[in-house]
Amino acid sequence: MELFTNQVLAGIATGAIYACMALAVVMIYQAIDHLNFAQGEMAMFSTFIAYQLMQWGLSFWPAFILTLVISFIGGIVLERVLFKPLTNAPVLVHVAGFIALFAILNSVAGLTWDFTIKQFPSPFGSSGFLGSQLISTHQAGMVGVTLVLLALLYIFFRFTRVGLAMRAAASLPESARLVGINTSWMIALGWGMASAIGAIAGMLIAPVVFLEPNMMGGILLYGFAAAVLGGLTSPLGAVVGGFLVGIFENLVGTYIPGIGNELKLPIALALIIVVLVIKPSGLFGRKIVQRV
Amino acid sequence: MSMLKINDLRAYYGQVQALHGLEFALTEGTVTTLLGANGAGKTTTLRAICNMIRSTGNIEFEGKKLGGMSTESIVRLGIAHVPQGRGTFTNMTVEENLQLGAITRPDKKQIASDIERMYDHFPRLKQRYTQQAGTLSGGEQQMLAVARALMLRPRLMLLDEPSFGLAPLIVRDLFGILGKINREDKVTILVVEQNAQLALELAQQAHVIETGRIVMSGTAAEIKNNEDIRKSYLGY
Repeated sequence: MELFTNQVLAGIATGAIYACMALAVVMIYQAIDHLNFAQGEMAMFSTFIAYQLMQWGLSFWPAFILTLVISFIGGIVLERVLFKPLTNAPVLVHVAGFIALFAILNSVAGLTWDFTIKQFPSPFGSSGFLGSQLISTHQAGMVGVTLVLLALLYIFFRFTRVGLAMRAAASLPESARLVGINTSWMIALGWGMASAIGAIAGMLIAPVVFLEPNMMGGILLYGFAAAVLGGLTSPLGAVVGGFLVGIFENLVGTYIPGIGNELKLPIALALIIVVLVIKPSGLFGRKIVQRV
Repeated sequence: MSMLKINDLRAYYGQVQALHGLEFALTEGTVTTLLGANGAGKTTTLRAICNMIRSTGNIEFEGKKLGGMSTESIVRLGIAHVPQGRGTFTNMTVEENLQLGAITRPDKKQIASDIERMYDHFPRLKQRYTQQAGTLSGGEQQMLAVARALMLRPRLMLLDEPSFGLAPLIVRDLFGILGKINREDKVTILVVEQNAQLALELAQQAHVIETGRIVMSGTAAEIKNNEDIRKSYLGY
C-alpha cells in the first residue's frame, strides 16, 4: 500500500509538469487550431534565458518574472514574424514551420549554452514536504503553481473582457471581427500566453531533469498525451489529463512487469492513440449543444 | 445628408465578379431595403461594406472612406452587421453574446444598463441569459443577433435576411422591434430581404438589385405600387 501511495504521489508531482505543458499546448491549439511541435523547445529556451539571467547575478524570483515577460513578448514576436504570414497556408506548411522552429531553437540553445547538463535551482528547496518522505517541497510547489495557473486562466477567460474576446476569436473568427475584435492580435496574445506558460513549465521541470537543450523532448510528448486525454479545447482538461498521465505512467511502470522506466514513453504514445480511438474529444473536450 | 455613399462598387469571389458598379446612398435615420432574387448580390453588398470580400470602388461612411480598412475597424466606426446565419457564438451564454457586442466600448456602466434595455426589447432573452446560445430557437437566435449588434450602439445597422427561416408571427415581432429601434434609438438601417412585402412596410427607401446592378430605386411606396417591378423582381 505504501508503494502505491508513493507512486501516486510521485505521479501527481510529475503530472504537474505535464499539466503545465498541456496548458501551453491547449492555449495555442485554441488560438490557431494546430498543435505546436516547438512548444517544448520554446519552454526549454525560456528556461535557458532564466539560467542566463541568474548567471548574471539575478536571484531566482526576479529572473523568473523577467523570463515570463521575455517569453510572453517572444511568443508574440514569433507569431508576428513567422506564423502571421502563414495564416491562410495549409496545415502542412504550419507543421513545417513548427519543425523549423523546433530545430532552430534547439540548435541555437546548444550553440549558446552548449549541450552539457546544468543544475537549475528550485525555488521551493528539495527537503521532504511537511516532513513526508514521499513528496518533496519542490514537487509540492509544482503542483501548487499548476493549480494557481489554472485558476488564473479560468478567471481570465471567464471574467475578463480580453478573455471573452479571445474565446470569441477562437470559436468564430468572422463573427468576432463583426463585433470589432482584432482577431489577429488575439492569436498573437494566445502565443504570448502559451509561451509564458511554457516558460513556467520549463523552469519548474529543469530542477528535476537538469537543464540541457533536449530536456523537453519526452515531456512534450506527455504534454500532448495529457492535452489529448483532457480534450484539446479545455484548460481544465489539460491539467486533469496531466495529473492522470503522470499517475498512470508511474503505476504502469511499477506494477506491470517488464515495463519499468525504459518503456514509459511508449505508454504516452499508446495513450494518445487509445484516447483518439475511443473518445476523440477527450475527457473534458467541448461538446457543442446545437438545436436544429 | 447621406450617411453612407457607395459609388461604382465592384466585388469579386475569386475570379467571379458579383457586383458590377453598384451605386446608392443611405439617408441618416432612415430604413433602406435592398431587394432582389437569390444571387442578385444583396449579401455581397453588405459584405463589401464591411470589407469582408475583395472589392473596388468607393464607400464613404460619414465622410470617411472605408476602402482598405479592416472589418474590425469599420465595425468600430459604428457599423453593426448582422450576418446571414446570424453569427451567434453558440458555445457561449446569451449574456456573453451581448457582452461581446459591446466589446469595443469602454463605458462599462452603460453596457450593463444597455443589456437591461435589450432584455426589455427581447424579454425572451432575459429568461435564457445563462443558457448556451446554441440551444436557443431560431427566432430567439435572431433576436440575440440583433441585440448583439445593438450593443455596439451602432450608427448604422446592416441586416442580412433577418426573416430567414422564422415563423411568420416571429418575423412580425422582429420587424416591429426593428422599426422601434430605428425610431427611438435613431439607428439607420440597411436591410436585405427576400421577403419584399415585409421589408417594404418597414423601409422608406428601396433599391432593387439584379445580377450585381441596381435596376430600380425609389421610395418604398413607389416600388410597392409599381406593377412591373413587383411582378418581375419581387414575385408577389
